[in-house]
Amino acid sequence: MDDRNLEHLLRLLPPAPESWVRTAQELPFVRDEIDSILERAGSSPTFRDALRKDASGALRQEGYELADDVVAHILRRLPPADA
Amino acid sequence: MSETPVHALVERCRRGDQDAWRELVATHSRYVYAIIMRVFRLPPDEAEDVFQDVFSRVFERLEMLRDDDALVAWIGQLTRRLCIDHLRRRRDTLELTDETAGAVDDQLEQLELALVVRQALEGLSQPCRDILDRFFCREQPYVVIGAELGIAAGTIASRISRCLARLRASLEGRQPAQRPSERR
Repeated sequence: MDDRNLEHLLRLLPPAPESWVRTAQELPFVRDEIDSILERAGSSPTFRDALRKDASGALRQEGYELADDVVAHILRRLPPADA
Repeated sequence: MSETPVHALVERCRRGDQDAWRELVATHSRYVYAIIMRVFRLPPDEAEDVFQDVFSRVFERLEMLRDDDALVAWIGQLTRRLCIDHLRRRRDTLELTDETAGAVDDQLEQLELALVVRQALEGLSQPCRDILDRFFCREQPYVVIGAELGIAAGTIASRISRCLARLRASLEGRQPAQRPSERR
């Protein structure tokens, strides 16, 4: 393998964004909590609005201690505002 | 790449060992990211969802992997399938012709080769690893590398050249990853 080929192969694998990696490392271990939060957000507009206003605060109040990256993951999966 | 044998790492993940899972994700995140971004060119907001979906499914389905040494290829095939599923949902229909599928396979093979190079890179000394990763993978300019590593920018090219030579030497005798024993 010559240097040019080697350089090409090195360039093919840039790092994934750190927040993506951290989230993937955490998710399997908080899956039940996430499912429960999303289920409740789907059925309770009040809880959903509270999450949109201050997700970390609303979750802490409910007794959840989740990493910021996981909270961001939950926010991306919230049902639409008019759901 | 970790020095932990793959099957030992996978076994620990199957037992729910969070440190092992962190290591597995860290080790394979570049590969999954490259498939999603380079091969299928998903936009970043959609790419992250697929990225998380891939690792969630890897965790859930590790029991289904019959040959732990085929982990890399299995993850590659899973990522490929989830990207295609995503594109089909988004565009309603996706024509995956033989030609397209062949091109995807070629790119996946290139990435598997890149992963072998990456594994060899992980075996080099920290300074070599750092300088090659910064220059080629993170595309940092000499001035940034020099400032962050505390070395003269004028010596960076020669250091890169020496480290590439070491990388090439360490690659001698290495074999590409096995094909997956389990695909869906």
